[in-house]
Amino acid sequence: MRFGLSEEQTLLEDSVNRFLRDHVALDRVRTYADGDSDDDIWQGLTELGIPALLVPEAQGGVELSPLDAAVVAESLGYHVAPGPFLGSAVMAPTALASAGDHDEELSALAAGEFRIGIAFGESIGRRIEAQVTAAGGRISGSSLFAFDADADAYLVADSNHHLYLVRAAATGLERAVLTTVDRTRRTVELTYNNVEAELVSDDTSVYEATLDIGRVMLAADTLGAAQAMIDQAVAYAKQREQFNRPIASFQAVKHMCAEMTASLEPCRAMVWFAAHALADLPDEARVTACHTKAHLAEVGKFVAKTATEVHGGMGFTDLLGLHYWFKRCGSNRQWLGAPELVREEAAQLQGLA
Amino acid sequence: MDLSFGPEYEEFRAEVQTFLREHGGRSPQNAGMRAPESLAWQKLLIENGYTARTIPKEYGGFGAPPDIIKSRIIAEEFADARVNTGLGGQGISMLVPTLLEMGTEAQKLELIKPTIQGEMIWCQGYSEPGAGSDLASLTTRAVLDGDEWVVNGQKIWTSTAQLADWIFCLVRTEPDAPKHKGISFLLFKMDTPGIEIRPLVDMTGVANFNETFFTDVRLPKDQIVGQRGEGWMVANAVLGHERDSLGNPNNTLMRLNALTELMKTETVGGERLIDNPVYRDRLMQIQGRVMAMRFNDLRVLSSRLNKGQDAALARMIVKLQGTELRHDLEGMAIDILGEVGLSYGDNPHTRSAGSWQSQYMYYLGLIIGGGTSQIQKNIISERGLDMPREPKVEKAG
Ligand SMILES: Cc1cc2nc3c(=O)[nH]c(=O)nc-3n(C[C@H](O)[C@H](O)[C@H](O)COP(=O)(O)OP(=O)(O)OC[C@H]3O[C@@H](n4cnc5c(N)ncnc54)[C@H](O)[C@@H]3O)c2cc1C
Repeated sequence: MRFGLSEEQTLLEDSVNRFLRDHVALDRVRTYADGDSDDDIWQGLTELGIPALLVPEAQGGVELSPLDAAVVAESLGYHVAPGPFLGSAVMAPTALASAGDHDEELSALAAGEFRIGIAFGESIGRRIEAQVTAAGGRISGSSLFAFDADADAYLVADSNHHLYLVRAAATGLERAVLTTVDRTRRTVELTYNNVEAELVSDDTSVYEATLDIGRVMLAADTLGAAQAMIDQAVAYAKQREQFNRPIASFQAVKHMCAEMTASLEPCRAMVWFAAHALADLPDEARVTACHTKAHLAEVGKFVAKTATEVHGGMGFTDLLGLHYWFKRCGSNRQWLGAPELVREEAAQLQGLA
Repeated sequence: MDLSFGPEYEEFRAEVQTFLREHGGRSPQNAGMRAPESLAWQKLLIENGYTARTIPKEYGGFGAPPDIIKSRIIAEEFADARVNTGLGGQGISMLVPTLLEMGTEAQKLELIKPTIQGEMIWCQGYSEPGAGSDLASLTTRAVLDGDEWVVNGQKIWTSTAQLADWIFCLVRTEPDAPKHKGISFLLFKMDTPGIEIRPLVDMTGVANFNETFFTDVRLPKDQIVGQRGEGWMVANAVLGHERDSLGNPNNTLMRLNALTELMKTETVGGERLIDNPVYRDRLMQIQGRVMAMRFNDLRVLSSRLNKGQDAALARMIVKLQGTELRHDLEGMAIDILGEVGLSYGDNPHTRSAGSWQSQYMYYLGLIIGGGTSQIQKNIISERGLDMPREPKVEKAG
């Protein structure tokens, strides 16, 4: 038995981390937040083979496992890196590969030349002002918080959990940026005026596999973001002095750091297991994905708050930029189902509700 | 236990309710401190005795004899009607009580009236880069040169310094005295030469606090509250006022009402949020906590009316519990809104004017500001529970 990352996975993690450390430091994240494009970041990740990670070999991919993708997601979260990873490298390849018949799109995704965003709002929780209806190869209505803003096409899920592919350039599609607290990602409102929509799959298991892996990736992203916050809090506490001593020498501060660690450490194993289960343990995959999403949301919220508190007033500033991690954990929590909703799904999947 | 305030108070309550019915609809919403409608509303409230109630007439107040039950009724009724209770800010909530308690007659006459009318805005110059939780180690210094104090040094986290007309400031004037005994409480104008303000953007994206630098700032010798070296005592006398206002359960009640309203109107997948039993239970938990804090507040009030009733601990926990509760409440609204809860700024899908996210963050700021939660716990255990203090560490070198 070996519960842990393989040597290859550790190497993958190192190479992504190295790239992000060198090219996507907080200053770069800030320029993205202020409106710059993320093209160069995606280009760099493409050179490392990231968009091809989950694409089948037959379509030019490397056909690695969800656990490999989770390793990357964690690094991206650690560096609050912008980029279309979740949609273009994870959810879209998963959907298209399991639906079949999309060789061209898969090859383009693998090459990092094509971005597919995700518009699952309708299927997760329909809002009064955003509803989607699809019929006869056309789609009408709107999706809120579709991700990402610069995608070439969107994978849209309707309330029947059917998946459609809608081209960003299609006639009748309007796209407007929606500001959220998390400025490390750009989301949009899509308005469909009887837009051409290609049915990708009406098999709900395709939708489920896509959603599950998306949720596990958001959890992995939070794992990385929360770990970064703990690391920063511990380093700050050792260096900041009050009452003639490092604040790290106060038991109150030590305990905040220890509690964050005690909460987050088991999450690492949980994310690994959930990612592994997606490919290898079909009976456990769905429930674990739900719990991992919800649990990481809760731990992420706790760590985000506590790490900010360790920094005192400095934690509240834009100057330090800790809030980018705080908000990243916050948006991972809300996307693709907030905790109560996802836990209810976990109960239903087990026949408990 | 007797919970009735008595018939004369019920009459007073009816008066307040009439006022709110007649004028409440015109109370400003989200207007700035200097906005004409804010100043007009403030004036109306003072004239009717609904703010600055017990401040003597000669200082611009309403001049009613102190009656905490009436103040309480006003707070309750305004919260219930969700009507703006008038201007706040550090001048009104902290400096005015300080001056009333410890200012000279000349200071009271000059400063209180314009402050409560909203024409003189104050900022609080306490924290420094090296002196946050350990405030008493502050190093901004003032020396007397003839009839003037000359101030040099730096403050940080100075909220609203960019708007303020005046600052109340803690400075070291007795460098040889023990650290708590060497501090004085000075008042000066923010347009005095030698003051530089650098805005600091906070996590909400707004530059509400600042770094404030003083280079040879000169002010008249008499602009001191209390005596030289008494500044720590003066500051501590009003810190209690600040902490009470930070955890105020009546404001939290207003937000609870707004959250309840949101849950009754917002639907997800066709279902009203209030019809989801899990969300409803969370709401009930928050409501229970708000209730406990409101009754705690009543008990604190009672202890001030009745000699021999001790509520020291009940008062000591207000800042800690009140700010954490408020942060949780705002966070719950975000949760139940799902992805829509992430909306911010100019996003047309924000609910309740976009306040949930900004208040969620702002209250994390208040968990830190005004004495962090950890410092509050130290105070509760050391002063409230008489537990031994952490051993002091002497300055190295
Ligand atoms: C929104 C906001 C508005 C503010 N407005 C003003 C203002 O208008 N004027 C003003 O003067 N100041 C203001 N402040 C400053 C505020 O009072 C300080 O931030 C606060 O006192 C904490 O100090 P610090 O930031 O230096 O943190 P630090 O003191 O460095 O604290 C860092 C961490 O160490 C912990 N810690 C420190 N000492 C101890 C101890 N003895 N035991 C256990 N834990 C400890 C703290 O709890 C915290 O977690 C404001 C702050 C905020 C966040």
